[in-house]
Amino acid sequence: MNSVIKISNMSYKYPTGKVDVLKNINIEIEKGLLYAVVGPNGGGKTTFCNVLRGFIPHFYRGDLRGEVLVNGKNIVESTLGELSLSVGFVFQNPFIQISGVKETVFEEVAYGLENLGVHPDEIRTRVEAILKLVKIEHLRDKNPFELSGGQRQRVALASIIVMEPDILVIDEPTSQLDPQGTEEVFEIIQIMKEKGKTIILVEHKIELIAEFADRVILLHDGEIVMEGTTQDVLSDEKALSYDVMLPQYAMLGLELKKRGVPLRKIPITEEQAVEEMNWWMAERGVRI
Amino acid sequence: MSFISLKNITFAYPNGHTAVENVSMEIGKGETVAIVGQNGAGKTTAVKLMNGLLKPTKGDVIIDDWNTKEHTTAQISRKVGYVFQNPDDQIFHSDVYSEVEFGPKKLGLSVEQTKENVMKAAKLAGIEPYLQENPYNLPYSMRKFVTMAAVVAMDCDVIILDEPTAGQDMQGMQRISSLIAALKSEGKTVITITHDMEFVVQNFERVIVMAHKNVVADTNKRDIFWNHAILEESMLKQPHISRLSHTLGLPKQILTIEEFVETML
Ligand SMILES: Nc1ncnc2c1ncn2[C@@H]1O[C@H](COP(=O)(O)OP(=O)(O)OP(=O)(O)O)[C@@H](O)[C@H]1O
Ligand SMILES: Nc1ncnc2c1ncn2[C@@H]1O[C@H](COP(=O)(O)OP(=O)(O)OP(=O)(O)O)[C@@H](O)[C@H]1O
Ligand SMILES: [Mg+2]
Ligand SMILES: [Mg+2]
Repeated sequence: MNSVIKISNMSYKYPTGKVDVLKNINIEIEKGLLYAVVGPNGGGKTTFCNVLRGFIPHFYRGDLRGEVLVNGKNIVESTLGELSLSVGFVFQNPFIQISGVKETVFEEVAYGLENLGVHPDEIRTRVEAILKLVKIEHLRDKNPFELSGGQRQRVALASIIVMEPDILVIDEPTSQLDPQGTEEVFEIIQIMKEKGKTIILVEHKIELIAEFADRVILLHDGEIVMEGTTQDVLSDEKALSYDVMLPQYAMLGLELKKRGVPLRKIPITEEQAVEEMNWWMAERGVRI
Repeated sequence: MSFISLKNITFAYPNGHTAVENVSMEIGKGETVAIVGQNGAGKTTAVKLMNGLLKPTKGDVIIDDWNTKEHTTAQISRKVGYVFQNPDDQIFHSDVYSEVEFGPKKLGLSVEQTKENVMKAAKLAGIEPYLQENPYNLPYSMRKFVTMAAVVAMDCDVIILDEPTAGQDMQGMQRISSLIAALKSEGKTVITITHDMEFVVQNFERVIVMAHKNVVADTNKRDIFWNHAILEESMLKQPHISRLSHTLGLPKQILTIEEFVETML
């Protein structure tokens, strides 16, 4: 396995905290895969992200134990500046990601590249391409503070992926987006994956995780209580006991099974559900 | 009888951008309504017009029998409470209790009444364990419940929730559902903006759809979620179970797992 992140026996307590909010985490993140991090509110998802990008321990301090290697290097020994080149982070609350120093969406998205000293011509080309990809070209001259919630969320995403980091850590990028916009963001994430990026995505929209993620990590009360392929984790009723919703298609499958319908497997996506329903109707000799 | 009435409202922000255009809505006392629709459609703007945070550029907003143009935001907020989309735009106290207490105190309620309202709202919102905490140490999802409690504590006739479901887990969703049900049973009018279609199906009958500065539909949820033209126009999707039923070509306009199972078995 070609792992880009390797975490061993990692625990963490915030400086003001009384207890560990991450507890004995062990996981290897494989290059080029999309990992979805799910779990109830307060389970430790954002804290986990902050470790991956070195914000813990470099900014938040507190008590970090165990070992976290990013591209083979211990995060404790890397600087935040170094880490930010390989790990891009999109904030959970899009209202706070805006830099506050730029007056237009275009400049906002260009800001990170400027700081890296990228040539202005290249900045222009890259920003143009990203505005198009994220579908915010029409907002280019707007003030970032005069945008709706969903518009800001797209700007926040654009300003990170324009930097082209190898690892993307994205904390709830669709929480303020309309259903269409949500699917578009997943398509953008898919494009990033096809470019070979490794992606760690915190998300509550479980049907889209089912469709796009390779693996699922379930964080509950600071512990990884389930981890595995998306199919295995999201068809397992056990997730419900950790306050994580299963996809509607799995809920339907479980209900049908309970009522005695002999499904071959619990579907987690629409495609699988269609397949199972068609199979079952054929078995029963039913036509619609 | 409508309690909230928007009559041919147009609103432009100070920078000149028109955010809602010729919008009309009538909402009755005690009704619960969901507002859905694409990003930037004007949903937040529309509800801010209802509680007087914004005043229409054209047209009239009538609450009960008050024209919002003739009353201050403070006066209107006695009748209509608004929970902000971004909790950090609303929170300004350094402990949760003071945050929730601020509204009822400002309304001039007695000390006892204030305390009663605060405790009741805190219970409904599930924030009792955090009353002494600094809201900024709470996760985003929990800060949102703090802002809901702060508005509920004012005991207004109308309560508007702007994207309460964003980033909430399973328990959080259930808590919002019970909060809405509780307010409804007290005869409150509850208006909820959300992008979660399953949540709409579970909690509402009437749905108002907004797209490009306008109301494009205002009717029963089943008629909305099976009207593909409207959904497409407003960047919405059918609830997942409806999508499946549609793909399978089932003969009914299904909205829930229960309905699906009933149809199939
Ligand atoms: N800066 C901080 N100082 C102290 N405690 C914190 C801080 N940030 C988070 N916590 C606590 O750490 C725990 C994990 O929080 P975290 O934000 O990582 O959860 P989460 O899974 O991202 O939740 P959500 O789904 O609400 O975003 C919570 O108990 C939270 O209160
Ligand atoms: N303060 C502001 N100044 C200027 N324009 C604004 C301001 N706030 C919002 N707008 C613009 O007004 C339009 C409507 O915004 P509004 O916030 O009402 O949308 P919304 O339907 O609530 O969207 P979302 O689902 O993304 O929250 C958008 O095009 C937005 O860019
Ligand atoms: Mg979080
Ligand atoms: Mg809004």
